[in-house]
Amino acid sequence: MSLTAFKRALWVYHLNTGSCNGCDIEILAVLTPRYDAERFGIKLVGSPRHADVLLVTGPVVRQMVARTKRIYEQTPDPKLVMAVGNCGIEGDVFHESYSLAGPIDQIIPVDVYVPGCPPRPEAIIHGVAMAWVKLEKSAKQGVA
Amino acid sequence: MNFVVIIFGSALMVLVGGVFSMLYRGIDRKLVAHMQGRVGPPIVQPFRDVQKLMMKESIIPDGAVQWLFKAAPFICLITSALLLLYIPMFGQPALLGGFDGVPGFGDALLVVYLLILPSLALAAGGFASSSPYATVGAQREMVLLMSLEFPLAVSVVSLGWRIGQVTAANPFMFSTIAEHPIWSLVGPLGVIGSLILLFALLVATSGKGAKVPFDMAEAETEIAGGILVEYSGRNLCLFYVADIIKAFAVSALVVALFIPYNLSPLVGVGGPVPSGIVEGLFFLVKVFVVMFVSISLIRTAMARFKISQASWVYIIALTVIGLVGLILVAADLMV
Repeated sequence: MSLTAFKRALWVYHLNTGSCNGCDIEILAVLTPRYDAERFGIKLVGSPRHADVLLVTGPVVRQMVARTKRIYEQTPDPKLVMAVGNCGIEGDVFHESYSLAGPIDQIIPVDVYVPGCPPRPEAIIHGVAMAWVKLEKSAKQGVA
Repeated sequence: MNFVVIIFGSALMVLVGGVFSMLYRGIDRKLVAHMQGRVGPPIVQPFRDVQKLMMKESIIPDGAVQWLFKAAPFICLITSALLLLYIPMFGQPALLGGFDGVPGFGDALLVVYLLILPSLALAAGGFASSSPYATVGAQREMVLLMSLEFPLAVSVVSLGWRIGQVTAANPFMFSTIAEHPIWSLVGPLGVIGSLILLFALLVATSGKGAKVPFDMAEAETEIAGGILVEYSGRNLCLFYVADIIKAFAVSALVVALFIPYNLSPLVGVGGPVPSGIVEGLFFLVKVFVVMFVSISLIRTAMARFKISQASWVYIIALTVIGLVGLILVAADLMV
């Protein structure tokens, strides 16, 4: 199965697991005319059922654990998960807070990490490019 | 008519029409991006989207009405593709429309009714998916459908009525409309009236295309994809293609009703093949103009209506505008 079309038409679902909205604003900036992610075929969709990539921001508060898992399961295969921002990677300023259920990769498997507080839009686009590389590798190994 | 011609002709027409519809959606997205100061996706992007969606898993939710949920995308695509067979395409007469004394299977009025079916299939799929978002979307789709019918019917019927005054043939047949273009039948008052009818039909086209000012049924930023919220993979792909084909077919309908002119006698090209090529290209140009005005331009310039506003636009405003056009066309006949 060819992954060429897959990586050139990534539809992204944005999931906020308790983020401060900093990363979310930067994600919206990726779609503005200045960065224009649509030229790579990247589109923000409103439902996880349509998504190829889950863009997860925030440190996953306890209330969001079950929901995060559920949204991951609602996304049809094949799918990728991107953790955007320091919070999702190691907690950042919320590190070891009582209300956290841990970084994103303890809840759902993460494919690409984009560090930054918040990451710049260029970094997020670069993260998507890294996801393409990962897809190509898994295609070579015969895992779709 | 020969059934072999009908079967193979239909397959070819759906294939060619489908490819050009997808290309036109790509051009539409590119143009909208340019108007917004963006670079935009490549023109082949719809093909990539379709290819990708076919690879994805098709999830059917537990609470859904299984058979209806699975059948709705197919009904939607088939009825949209059926439009391509009843509307004259690429400068050729409609495949199932009848021509040269051969009785056809349908005319412009049938197309107006056929346009309802894809929306009905969409709404059925939305109700069947048992998601509150999809239910809200399906209700909106039905409201929009009912609001749209009247202005659409007013402009098509007034056109047919005026043509029926000068010929004994069925005025709703596309071949009759092509023989008697509205613009050459009417005087100055009627030209103004016809322009108003054209305007009403263009706005109705925008609603049938389900693009931004009238996309309340999908409304990604508001009800998370609305009707399509639970659809994924192949089923979503079928709806995606059906939507694209429908937008192309509705634009072709406007072309067939209001710009049924041929180019080849004008540029002096003879022979069936060269004139066929010229006509095909001229048809594509005409459809492009209609799509650009009624879909791309409106979609860039406007924000989404509320469902009540959109309903008002169609039921009250556009119907009144269409009736004014009808009165002008009728008055033109009297003076």
